[in-house]
Formats: sequence, C-alpha cells, structure tokens
Amino acid sequence: MNPIEQFQTVQSRRQFLNRTSVGLGAAVLGSLAAKQSAADESSGQHFAPKAKRVIFLFMAGAPSQLDLYDYKPRLVEKFKEPLPPEVRDGQRVTAMTKNATHLVQPSMFKFSPQGKCGLHMCELLPQLSTVVDDLCLIKSMHTDAINHDPGKTLICTGSQIPGKPSLGAWLSYGLGTLNKDLPDFIVLNSAFWSGDQVNVQALYSRLWGTGFLPSKHQGVSFQSSGDPVLFLSNPAGVSRASRHKMLDLVTQLNQKHAAEIGDPEIQTTIAQQEMAFRMQASVPELTDLTSESEQTLEMYGPEVRKSGSFARNCLLARRMAERGVRFIQVYHRGWDHHTGLPDKLRRQCYDIDQPCAALIKDLKQRGMLQDTLIVCSGEFGRTVYCQGQQTETVYGRDHHSRCFTSWMAGGGIKGGIEHGQTDEYSYNIVDKDGQKTTRFEDDAVHIRDLNATILRQLGIDHRRLTFRFQGLDQKLTGVEEEAHVIKKILG
Amino acid sequence: MKPILSRSVLSVWMMVVVGLQAKGDETISFDRQIRPIFSDRCFECHGASEEARQGELRLDAPGGRDGPFRGRDGYQVIQPKDLAASALWKRLTTTDESERMPPVDSHKKPLTDEEHSLIKQWILQGAEYEDFWAFVPPQRRPDPEVKDDTWLSQRIDRFVLARLEKENLKPQPPADKRTLIRRASLDLTGLPPTPEEIHRFVDDASPDAYANLVERLIASPQYGEHMAKYWLDLVRFADTNGIHHDHYREMTPYRDWVIQSFNENLRFDDFITYQVAGDLYEQPTLDQQIASGFNRLHLVIDRGTALPEESYTRNVVDRVSAVGTAFMGLTLGCAVCHDHKYDPLTQKDFYQLFAFFNNIDTTPETPGKSPHPPFIRLPSAEQSDQLKSLESRIAVATVEIKQLKEAKSAESELKLKEEELQSLTKSKTDLESTIPVTLVSKERADIQPAYILKRGVYDQPGEEVSRNTPAFLPSMGDAEGLRTRMDLARWLTDDKHPLTSRVTVNRFWQQFFGVGLVKTSEDFGAQGEYPSHPDLLDDLASGFMHSQWDVKSLVRSIVLSQTYQQSSRGSVDAFRTDPDNRLLARGSRFRLDSEMIRDQALAMSGLLNATMFGKSVKPPQPPNLWKSVSMVSSSTYSFEADTDDKIYRRSIYSFWKRAMPPPQMTIFDAPTRESCIARRERTNTPVQALVLMNESQFFLAAQQFAHQLVAKKELSEEERLIFAYESVTSHLPDSTELASLRSGLEGLKEIYQEDIAAANTMTTDIELTSDQARIEVASYTMLVNSLFNLDVTKTRE
Repeated sequence: MNPIEQFQTVQSRRQFLNRTSVGLGAAVLGSLAAKQSAADESSGQHFAPKAKRVIFLFMAGAPSQLDLYDYKPRLVEKFKEPLPPEVRDGQRVTAMTKNATHLVQPSMFKFSPQGKCGLHMCELLPQLSTVVDDLCLIKSMHTDAINHDPGKTLICTGSQIPGKPSLGAWLSYGLGTLNKDLPDFIVLNSAFWSGDQVNVQALYSRLWGTGFLPSKHQGVSFQSSGDPVLFLSNPAGVSRASRHKMLDLVTQLNQKHAAEIGDPEIQTTIAQQEMAFRMQASVPELTDLTSESEQTLEMYGPEVRKSGSFARNCLLARRMAERGVRFIQVYHRGWDHHTGLPDKLRRQCYDIDQPCAALIKDLKQRGMLQDTLIVCSGEFGRTVYCQGQQTETVYGRDHHSRCFTSWMAGGGIKGGIEHGQTDEYSYNIVDKDGQKTTRFEDDAVHIRDLNATILRQLGIDHRRLTFRFQGLDQKLTGVEEEAHVIKKILG
Repeated sequence: MKPILSRSVLSVWMMVVVGLQAKGDETISFDRQIRPIFSDRCFECHGASEEARQGELRLDAPGGRDGPFRGRDGYQVIQPKDLAASALWKRLTTTDESERMPPVDSHKKPLTDEEHSLIKQWILQGAEYEDFWAFVPPQRRPDPEVKDDTWLSQRIDRFVLARLEKENLKPQPPADKRTLIRRASLDLTGLPPTPEEIHRFVDDASPDAYANLVERLIASPQYGEHMAKYWLDLVRFADTNGIHHDHYREMTPYRDWVIQSFNENLRFDDFITYQVAGDLYEQPTLDQQIASGFNRLHLVIDRGTALPEESYTRNVVDRVSAVGTAFMGLTLGCAVCHDHKYDPLTQKDFYQLFAFFNNIDTTPETPGKSPHPPFIRLPSAEQSDQLKSLESRIAVATVEIKQLKEAKSAESELKLKEEELQSLTKSKTDLESTIPVTLVSKERADIQPAYILKRGVYDQPGEEVSRNTPAFLPSMGDAEGLRTRMDLARWLTDDKHPLTSRVTVNRFWQQFFGVGLVKTSEDFGAQGEYPSHPDLLDDLASGFMHSQWDVKSLVRSIVLSQTYQQSSRGSVDAFRTDPDNRLLARGSRFRLDSEMIRDQALAMSGLLNATMFGKSVKPPQPPNLWKSVSMVSSSTYSFEADTDDKIYRRSIYSFWKRAMPPPQMTIFDAPTRESCIARRERTNTPVQALVLMNESQFFLAAQQFAHQLVAKKELSEEERLIFAYESVTSHLPDSTELASLRSGLEGLKEIYQEDIAAANTMTTDIELTSDQARIEVASYTMLVNSLFNLDVTKTRE
C-alpha cells in the first residue's frame, strides 16, 4: 500500500472511531479545537520551512571520524610517531590518556571516491556510499565536552548541564502537532548492537526530556518489547469494547462535573482520554509492519526482521515520518572504542550502514526526502593517537572534542558536499589557509550551530524560539554564545 | 507561533495580577511597574554587571558613575518630570530604528504602548527609584482596610479580601464539607479521607469540627511523608549518582530525617542549619550529621573518565546553586561564568560562596559502587551488638593467629584459625552491607583556596577569594577567624535576611494554592515575578520568623483561613481570566501530584502498606527500562521489582534512578531529581490517561476494590455504586450520576456476559466459584477503573 492510501486508511479508521463514540467525539472537538489551535498555525513560523520533520540518528559513544569519514591518507607515514605538541596545543584530554604517550594511529580502512560528487567514503560504509550524493558531510564539528555524559547531554539538549529541554521537546513546543493520534517526539532505542558489549555508555531520559518546558513535549520512548508506548495495552480481559464503554461512562461523568465546576481543564482531560483511546489503535498500526512490501524489508537488510534492531527502528522512523511525527530520534549504542576499534567498528557499521542508506532511498522514492531532514552524529570524535595496544590493525582511540564528522541529508540540505576541514591529523579544525580555528566564519561548526541550522530548516529562527525560565529567555542554542545557521550547506 | 502567542496572552494577564497596568494618575511604583520592564529589555546591557554594561549606563540603580541621573555631555538620561529632556524617553520612542531601544539585533521585544505610558508617567512623577522589594527584610504589615469584616478568620483573609474588594470581586462561599475534608486530607497528608472519616466530619456539627480535623491531619505521621516530598524535589534527592554509571547511592536516612523533621515540627531555621552545617556543631547529633548530607545530594560522577579537577568544580558549583535555589530563591548559577546580568550578584560573590562549600572532605569522584566517603553507618541496636561481637571476635582471632605464628605451631592449627578469621570477616562485611549508610558533610582539616574561575572554567583560576556573602545582601558581620558553613547557615536564618523566610513561606503557600504568591518560586530576583499579594507575603514571612520558624503553625494559619476554605467552583469566565487563581477569588483547583495519584489508588483499594522509613522500594514497572539506558556494569543496570508488600508502600519510598525514574511518576510531571526544582509543572496528557487506565498497580487496585465490593453481599447494587463513588471521590452521587453509574455497569455486564472468556482472563488470580461471579467482578473492576479515571479523582478541588 502506498503511504497516501495508508494514511487514508488510518484517517478513516480514526473517523470510524469517532463516529462510533459520539459522546467522546463531540467532546474532543470542543476541547482540542480550543487547546491546539495556536499550535496548528504554521503561519507562526519565522521562515518558510524547508523540512517538516527530522530524523536524528544518534551514534551514542562517539564513532571515529578518522576511520569513517575524515580521510587522512598521509597518516600512514606517521604511524607510531608522537603527536607533535603544537598540534595538541595544551588540549585537555580525558583522565584515561592524560599521562599516556600519544602516538599517531592511521586508519587501517580503505577510502575511495564515491558517487558523482567523488567524496571519499570508507569501505565500512558500502551502502551509505551509494547515496553519498545526498549526503552533506560536516567535517568541522566541535563540542565543549570530552566525556560521554556531558557530551550527549550537550548535543541532545544544547547544554552540558542536565535540566535543559531536548531538541525534540523544543520542536514539539515550537511547532505543535501534525498528527493528533501520535506524539510529536518519539525516541527509538536500539535494543542491541554488534560492537562493544562491555563498555557501553549509558543513556539518560533527560536526553529526550523537557527540562523546564511542559512535560507534554517530552519524547515518548518506544519500547522494543512489550507495549511500544508505556501502558498502551489494555490489561488482560479488557477488550476495546469494554474500554470504550468505560470511557463513555467517564466522559458522561466528567462532562456533568465540568458543567457544575466551570473549569475548562476538565475538557482537556476528556480530550486526552479520547486521544489515549485513539493511540491504542494508531500505535499498533504504526508498529505493525505487515503492510510493508518484501522489497522494502529487503532494502533495510536482514536485521529489520528483529524487533529492537537499528534497521527496524529506521523503518519505523520512516513510518512515523509519514504519519507526521515531528522529531524521531534513533539511538544506537556501542561506539565507544577505546580499544580493539577496528573489529568493533566493523560490526557497528554492519548494524547501521544498510539501514541508513535504505532510509534515505526509501524516503526519496516516496518523495519525502525533500522535506525530511536526516541528521547522523555522535557526541564527539576520537583521537588520532592510539589508546591501548597499537599495531597497524589493532588499536583504540580516546575521546576527542576538537573535531568530528556529522552528516545530514534531505530537508533542503545540499547533497554530495562536505563542509569544513581538519588538519592532517584530524585533530584541529583549520581554515582555508591551514590555520587552526574554531571560528564559524572559517567553517567550524559548534553543536549550537548545528542546532540553529536544524531549526532554520524547520522554519524557526533559533534566536526567537524562547521560553522564560529562571528569569531568562532560554533558547536551545543557549543564552551565552551566538549560534549560526550554516548557510553554505542550505540548498 | 505558539510560544510567542501564549506569552503575549499571558503577559496581559500577568499585568493584571501583579498590578502592572497604569490606572489614570495613580502613583507609579518603580519596583512593581518599571523595574520589570527595565529588567526584561534593558538590564542585559544596562544592569548590574559592569562587564556587560554598554554606554556607561546602568538603569538598575539610581546612583553611581553610570547611574541615569548623572549629567552627561549636554544631556541627561533621565531628567525627572521632564520627558523632552530625558534621553531615555527619546531612545525608547524614536521611530528611527537605528536609534531605538532595545536595539533590533538584541531580539528583545519592543516596548508596548502600555509600557511606554508607564515609563512616561513615572518620569513625569519624578522618576523615583525604590530598593528591590525582595532584598529588603520583610516586616509585619499594618492591617489592610476591608469593607466586609465578617469573612475574616485568619490574618491572611484580610489581605486577600482587601485585594478582592479592590478588584470588585467577591470570595466564593465555603466549600461543602465533603470537598473540604478531601481537600484538607490530600493537602496535609497526600491521602484521601476514608468514608468513615468523611461521615464523622460531616456529622460533626460542632463549630470546631474543621479545626479539629486539621489538627488530626497535621498530627498524623502521613503529614511528614507528604511535606517531605516537596522538599526532596527541591534538594534533588535520589537513589543514584546521576552521571556516567549512575550507580546506586544510599541516602535514605536523609529522606527519613526530612519526614521526621516535618512530623516533629523541627524549627525551620534549624532544619536549614542542620542541612547546611549540621556536621559543624560542637558535638553533632546523629540527626545533624544525617541532615548535613544535603551538601552531598548533587550529581556526582564515578572515577575513571572525567578529570577530577573538573568534577570537583562541578560538584561545588552544584552545591552552591542548590543553596541559592532552596534557601534564597536566587539563580546563583548564572554567576558562575560572569556577573549576573539581572541581579546585583557578581562573579566574585559566587566564588565567595563557593569558598564555603569547596572544603568538604571528599574525593571529587565516587569510588564506584561502594559508598562515597564521608559517610556514616546507622546500625540498629541489634546490628550494633552483632557488629561489636564480631569485631571483638576478629580481634581475638587476629591475636591468636599472631601467637600461633610466633609459637611456630602446627600448620593445621594455624590454617583452622585463619579460616575462622576469614569467615568472621565475611560475616562482618555481610552484616555491614545490611546496615543503612548515609553520606554526610565533613570539613577537611586544611583549607582549600578558592578562586574566581575565569568564564567558569575549572582550570582558569583568577583572583583568590575568601568566604563571604553577596554584597547586596546584609553583611555577615565580622566573625572571629575563618567563616564557616555554620556562619553561613546562621546568616541565612537571621531575621534580617530578606530572602530565606519569604522564599520558604511562598513555597508552602504554593503547596496549598497550586501557585505561589510569587509564581516563580525558584527565582526572587529581578527576573522573577512580582508577588500577587506583596504585603501578605511580607506579613507571612515576618510572622513565620516571629513564630520561631514554626511550620505547623504557618500551615495551620493557611488551611484555617477563609481564603483556603472557599469553594473552587467558578464561572467558565472566572477560570479563563484567572486560570491559576492568583487573585484567590475562589478555592484553588489543580491536578494532584504523581505520588498522590498513585497513593490514593492504593489507599482506596486497601492495598496501601503504611510502613514508614527505610531503604527505597521497587514497585513493578514495565520491563527493560533500566537496561535500555544503563551501562552493563552499573549497579542499577537491571531492575527487579520487589515481590512482597513493599510494592504497596507510599511513593515517597519508591526507588529513584535519576537516568530513568519510575515512569508512573515522571509521566505525571515528577522531576528527574537531577536539578533543584521548586515547583512542578502540571500537564494533562494522553499518556497520563493510559497510566490511569492500564498501569498494573492502578488496575490491580481497581480489581481489589471491585472484589471487595462484590463480596459485600449485604449491599444492593445501588448501595454498592454509592459506596464505590463515595470511596473514590469523597462525594455522594446525585441521581443523574447514579443513573450514569447504573447504566455504565449494565453496559459493562452485557459486554462480559457476551465475552465470558474475557471475564475469566481478567479475574484469573481471584478465587471465584462461578462464571456469574467473574462477570460481576470484571464489570465492577471496569466501573472502579472508570472512577479512578474521573477528572475529579485526580484533582484536588
């Protein structure tokens, strides 16, 4: 079934539900219309949006830019040479390699030019290489954090300090809802991964939390086993008919009470109960893949058949995008390769290469890539110097905040390009004259610039999406430093 | 766009509540009407921060080199009573965009006509500055004049009524007795009244019936459990470290101390002092030591990845910020990197406070899964005895081994003794692991220096600073020798301190009315909101100090007021114009907190286990939530629910993993306890409806209730419905409601009659003899499930 037909099916199913629940339906119209009209006015956006939704593929643990994207052929000659002090230049490093020697480790993987654009791609990403003409590689990302927890908190919420709203929460708050039967912001955690099983960094619900924004904007984390949305299913022995009857009674009593008390909040309760009831139908429909063609499933690879896989989550992300979910964040863990990097990286790439490529192709063939922005990133990069055992094919890398690579696709971003550059060690961002820089004018991209750019594509001026808290007009991009839209990569 | 839209609607209303709108020729108050405008649009560049100041102009204070009244080259920024000679007025109103303030590129909203006219009137009236209200010590206020003095029962009422009369509003009549007992029970204990309690109260015709009820509730142990919840939010109490491994950390004795303190009505100044500096009493009691764990409640990383120097700084900054939010209602954290842009708090002020908290004798990072020193063990008497006995036996065995070795005794004899020692040591370790532990504060012997950190960066020390309090607040006075946290605590609770008492009474007020007199209960600075009833706030604050910080007496005066006892009914219009009930023209009506929603379902169904205190418990939650976010080597990687009746304890005892708190709680807006939260949001979402419909404990509660209901053979169906409705809502159903309940139950019975398999599935764990009985219990379960889902059930009216 094509997405439009599917959408209509969902629509008519929803209308059916409304028709069969006259009492409930009428209440919804009254209260939802009043409560959500502000959010539905797209005219409130600051610019004409290029994208309607975002899929953020988060590689938690920080993949090595040196082994995947940032091609440094000349490093082979420098194998085991000490990193020149002027390159490191007083950079603080983690407690793990603070007192170690810092010997250069080239990537053992082959890179070759791909696509029409001829950008160099790594042999570990053969499928992604086939869509390189749709990718924008930002090689000059930098961040303030050198450890996972603050690093992830920074890229997901714009601040290292816990307690700020996440990107998705800001979007839900700023843009409102496209589909009243589903949450605006959905999180898909991959339940397993092939790389590192022992040193796996934690995630925190704050990464999709609302901070000081109202909690209705928080990411709803879909579970890979059991109910996709917590507490979605009726308990054993409660049929849809029984739930319906029960809600009828609740609505009758709530309506009566509303008339006596006068508080319009009661109408909101009624509306939300009705939405909960609809979600009990719309969410299973969303996660049910029986309508996907064999061809589509094959495109995402064999892992798509396992619940909780990254591949399955990419396909679910596409289904959510089709249904108007604003922000879908897919987490894949196991990228923290301090030792034994080549082996672990190879297996991690097996997890993500085909699904990432399939997601891009799938959206494209459905005409949705143009208004769906895909972002793929870790929380920081990894060091050129080796950590742990060092041979040509056995090595590890420590955390690195000064440069890393993220990529974007679709959503009005130019494809087949790279933005920014690093020195020959992939250690510092450099300007066009090869001078070390962290200036935006020299194409260095801080996380807040990435965030500003994402907002821009959705039609939002990051300086004007604000919420008053603790006496400040808080912004996703922070209240201290200026953030910039990366205009050079906009289509 | 939504945020902007809602803000503008809101700000109009805010102007009404805090009296910002200009009324003819009334005297303009700088504090109430002008400062908020300046703060919002001007202070960022023309405020207290010298660093950020532009054009050598500050508007937050009248005097000084950069003050607005100093003559400049041929012009005045403000010339009192003369608009034309006031450059400020020109710059605010010019049509030339390049000249107009605030500048376009500041992205600050231009001033509205209303705001212009306020400033105009203020200048024309002489442009008088006032000291910022929250930084002046609160004083008892004279009795406000009221026309109708029949309404008054507490001092509070006079202030509220005076305001209502000014707005031409009338208070609502008192709530009916059923509403009142439910309201007071929930507000004071977090639990609903039982039907018997309701009947006793309704039937009590004595004039003291309500006062007696309040006394009973305040004296119940559940009072402390309920009051403690708000405090635990504020100090971010949790059972895990919150960063990296997010390992378990045991601090439950601190939680229990908070509960006990409220129950025993510990003076609130002592409550504060014990927490800030309990370890510094000459001979600290156990309670004082436990309370000093307050300084250890911050997030803390475990050893291995971060830089200890950086972790150290983060910890201390977190401690200082907590003191700011919890006691002073100030966003001190804003001054970590630079002078505060809105409040007269310098970066130096911040690091002078930092110097009080950087000397706790602990490592910056935890050793991993074991307790993070300094901590104390709190064995029971029995455990103490066991421990003593083990220790002496270990000592004896050690000596014996030494003797055997010296005597070169037989190998076998020595081996036997060594095995004995090993087993004793193991018993001791095992015993110790069952003894409660709690982290505490303890000063280092040597004093660590403190510096202003440039831009807040841990390895960029600037000027060295010594312990002191911010210059804009009352001075600490001269202490002999080094100032300590004890001096700081005494300073915080001194009756000249303008903030501590105000911030405290405001939070209690917020608890009973849903919103504080100062809505921004976490921020009493220039960017916070002006109080809706400034005189009442000051009067309460000074009265609170005068009462020797007596919390129960403050609470009593609030709940015994006519203001509190009003009916929460109102016209739709009244709710629209004053949704938060800031003017108090009716009783407040708001959704219960997550803990209360769960606890009341357990209470109504008879499942509630009232055991108090002790280690945190784990009620069931959906599978894999912890695993989905945790490191494999974390001590909180996999969640195992408790199996006995611990799972029915009150929610305040639920285990709180900061990376993944219990979803039943966070879905209803409980904070993650990663930062200090002075007020919770109250949202209304579909996922909340799903919890109430389907979450296993909520559903089990409905089922238990239904089972008991069906077993009441002596009751007719109608009587059962009435009993159920009354137990859940505290009210009796009227005839319409009863008809709805009856037809609802009929409908449910029809469904289960046709689907006996479903009835069987639902009731499979219950011993029932016939299909008919199962249909009955299943139908009643859904009926009670309906009652649990009513708006009135999750709301305090």
